[in-house]
Amino acid sequence: MGSLILRKATRYLFPVIMMFSIYLLLRGHNEPGGGFVGGLAAASAFILNQLAFDVPSTKRLMNVDSLTLIGTGLLIALGSSVFTMLDGQPYFSSHWATLRITSDWQLLIGTPLIFDIGVYLVVLGVTLAILLSISNFRKSPS
Amino acid sequence: MTEVFLSLVIGVLYAAGLYLMMCRNIAKFIIGLGLIGHGANLLIFTAAGLSTQRAPIVPEGVTIPVVPIVDPLPQALILTAIVIGFGLTAFVLVLFLSAHEVEGTDDLEKMRSTDQ
Amino acid sequence: MLYAVMSGFVAAALLPLLHRFLGERSSLVAAVVPLALTVWFATSFPRVASGEVLVSQSSWLPEIHLELGFRLDGLSLLFALLISAIGALVILYTSAYLHGNPRQHQFVSATLMFMASMLGVVLADNLVLLFIFWELTSFTSYLLIGFDHEKEESRKAALQALLVTGLGGLFLLAGVLLLGTAAGSFSLSEILRADRALAGHADYPVILGLILVGAFSKSAQTPFHFWLPNAMQAPTPASAYLHSSTMVKAGVYLLARLNPVLGGTEAWIGWLTAVGVLTLLTGALMASAQVYLKRLLAYTTVAALGFMVMLLGIGSERAVQAAVVFLMAHACYKASLFLVAGIITHETGEADVRRLGGLLRFMPVAGACSVVAAVSMAGLPLSFGFVAKELVYASVLDRFLVFIPAVAASLLFVVVAFQVGIKPFLPGSSDSSGTPHEAPPAMLAGPVILGLACLAGGFFPQAFAGALAASAAAAIQGGLVSEVDLQAWHGITPESVASALTLMLGVAAVFATGHWVRIGSAMKPLANFGPDRVYVAKLKGLNLLAVWQTRVLQSGSLRRYVAIIVLAMVGLFGLSVLRSGELPILNRNTPLTLPSLILGLLIMLGAIGSMIATSRISAVAALGVVGFCVSLIYVLHGAPDLAMTQLVVEALGAVLLVSAFLNLPSFHDRKRWVGRFRDAVVAILGGLAMTLMTLMANDVQLAPSIAHYFAETSVLLGHGRNIVNVILVDFRALDTLGEITVLAIAGASAVALLKLRMAAKRRS
Repeated sequence: MGSLILRKATRYLFPVIMMFSIYLLLRGHNEPGGGFVGGLAAASAFILNQLAFDVPSTKRLMNVDSLTLIGTGLLIALGSSVFTMLDGQPYFSSHWATLRITSDWQLLIGTPLIFDIGVYLVVLGVTLAILLSISNFRKSPS
Repeated sequence: MTEVFLSLVIGVLYAAGLYLMMCRNIAKFIIGLGLIGHGANLLIFTAAGLSTQRAPIVPEGVTIPVVPIVDPLPQALILTAIVIGFGLTAFVLVLFLSAHEVEGTDDLEKMRSTDQ
Repeated sequence: MLYAVMSGFVAAALLPLLHRFLGERSSLVAAVVPLALTVWFATSFPRVASGEVLVSQSSWLPEIHLELGFRLDGLSLLFALLISAIGALVILYTSAYLHGNPRQHQFVSATLMFMASMLGVVLADNLVLLFIFWELTSFTSYLLIGFDHEKEESRKAALQALLVTGLGGLFLLAGVLLLGTAAGSFSLSEILRADRALAGHADYPVILGLILVGAFSKSAQTPFHFWLPNAMQAPTPASAYLHSSTMVKAGVYLLARLNPVLGGTEAWIGWLTAVGVLTLLTGALMASAQVYLKRLLAYTTVAALGFMVMLLGIGSERAVQAAVVFLMAHACYKASLFLVAGIITHETGEADVRRLGGLLRFMPVAGACSVVAAVSMAGLPLSFGFVAKELVYASVLDRFLVFIPAVAASLLFVVVAFQVGIKPFLPGSSDSSGTPHEAPPAMLAGPVILGLACLAGGFFPQAFAGALAASAAAAIQGGLVSEVDLQAWHGITPESVASALTLMLGVAAVFATGHWVRIGSAMKPLANFGPDRVYVAKLKGLNLLAVWQTRVLQSGSLRRYVAIIVLAMVGLFGLSVLRSGELPILNRNTPLTLPSLILGLLIMLGAIGSMIATSRISAVAALGVVGFCVSLIYVLHGAPDLAMTQLVVEALGAVLLVSAFLNLPSFHDRKRWVGRFRDAVVAILGGLAMTLMTLMANDVQLAPSIAHYFAETSVLLGHGRNIVNVILVDFRALDTLGEITVLAIAGASAVALLKLRMAAKRRS
């Protein structure tokens, strides 16, 4: 359906938006961003693809079912804090660890970040599930 | 004055939204729902106290913000409300579309039988 | 003790799994759990008998005074032994009774759950915990009574038992909460230590009333007695277990348990004795009209429960001892009779006593057990029932008003014992088709063991039950040492004269059984005016009310729903404003800047625009303007996260709406001018209310702001500089988890709707 220009642009825009959404997710803890907006941005990348091409090709691009995405996200969010419970601490007590990659380049990762990844996946999955099912209605003339 | 003015804006958003929800038309209902969503978010935002202080982000190099910042809690509430509102609107849309297909009408008054 | 209670629940949960590997043999494995519990309780007997109270405590929800506290004293031990021992026998019995039933393991599983809940009731030290287990027994008994859920009567009876005992449970909850508040503690041990400090408390009458309703409904006292006979729809093992020996005695247990705290007052003595006697007479009167084995037994159980409540009401040392011994004797013979009744019906398919007879030669063992139990029930010498009855008579001899009903009920026991326990085995013939034969050993184990208990209690009462009864009676009387002297034969005393009289009258009544039944059936219409009718009428009334209010409020018109909600909100809000007379005072005043002014005006324009737009695209565009301006307002007031999220949502929303609206045929308001005007009024009222509400919300600060806590700890504890995000994923992560779960449900529902639609399409 989309025009040639849109299709061509989408090919380049899609990875850029996806990268940007992951960037939003990761920087969210210190700058504006986070799992919610990151997931929405990622969803918009797929929606752009759907507008430019069609639903089947978007589904191919997704590679997994949107329900799988939702479920995985929820599991990650739920599980992010399981081992803190084994430690005897309340659920959702955060744990942090510093990954030393080189002497001056280190990465601080923690359970809230894992939780945020879960949020990202759920938001992405839900948005795609609903938008794709709506486009499904459109295909059939009523 | 901003509070009074925004309260008025919220009232208008609600009034318009409610009016649209009472129209017997699916599409108008959805638009109304969207307007009310905006109204509700703004309500929380205004009721928590407006200010033009700094955004709730701790600057690099310090551990506690030195200048006064905006209350972050209502923002966290509204952030999820925005996303949930979007999810809800989208779900209602899917629901209405399927109801429309089954009932063959987009007149909400004629959809009564689906309740039973 | 926590493990003792939990073992039943765990076993119940594991049973379906076990069933997969072992089939019906899993029931035998399940019987090991109550057996082990019996042994465990028995081994702790010496310590309890020496006056020690075993306590185990662990914290559960200290905020609401809920502790996993358990205590084991004489009274609890008596009940715990009955529950676990009879539980083991009943499960064993079930394995044969429900032989070949594919849902056997479900029944056993529910029985185990019931047993565990019942143990919880009698062992709980915390009042709230006791209430929780109390409710659990109601739930599990619902499952057991309604086991044959294909039968309508079963479902009705199960629901009735649940509603009546559940309603009583609510009274109990209120009573327990008041009691705990009045006593200053929810721990039974501590309350019992205070000892009668409550009788003078201002709330005492209310507490007593509430707890009595709870206990009476559970123990089937008049006027709540009607659910018990109806509950005979349950499979026989459940009747034997729940409705003779355990659950119905939970109310008796509660009264006995609280006797040191609430007992001894005039109100206590008066109510318990009166209700007990009334129940006794009701049970006796109603039993005379019955011809079916289990219903006969059920009404005598009602009478027996009345006995116990009455004795607790009298409250003298003797009466309490009598109550305890009677309770033990009753549990033994009644459970045994129920089990034999189950065998008879199982083997002959007949439950009408008029058509049963001559069964002794087919099932000698069951017959012998039945006769022994019946003798005990009738109270013939050298039976446990005799010992109990002597004690009962001894404690009521000097109370004429109580004595006469007691004799009347004992008379009835003789008649029913004959009809249920002896008559089916006397020479005669049954109408059954085919030859009945002896029941399998698993079904006989229960009656045999309980029968032996009846005999042991008759011949050697002091050795068999003396110590246990003494420690239970001591516990009921708040730790007073109670000397119990049980004798198989006291010699000629006033009690034994009364006993002999009862027996003679009873035997005479047995010979007049024919007339008896006729008189009984003449009285049958009376049953129609009982509380059962009230229950049915109330249930009907409730349904009618529900239908009526659904029709009025839920017309199916979305428009009316919205209008009702808005008007209700405006009304309630207006009322509270009028009553308080407060108007917003606007103490927070941020100067209005030009950008804010312009954005606000644009939002209003957009809202009105989307309202009056005539095409779908322009409405979506107007909505987009609103969203865009709202996100800019967020930017102006220090909320970049919100602005970003709002912008992305706005973009996605526009795509969503445009692609969906292409499907919908029209975009116009279907109402006439009058309707539009009415809606406009409602909408404007709603909008005004919201404006006023926002202004007023601005003025109040209910709790001090916690913003500074987040600001100070965000980096130090949360390792993040974006405080909003730290709140979302760390400080308040559980909220966020709830929110993404809501989203996930919305997404899954959308997919489900789509799948339904595709399936429907494939069909057509």
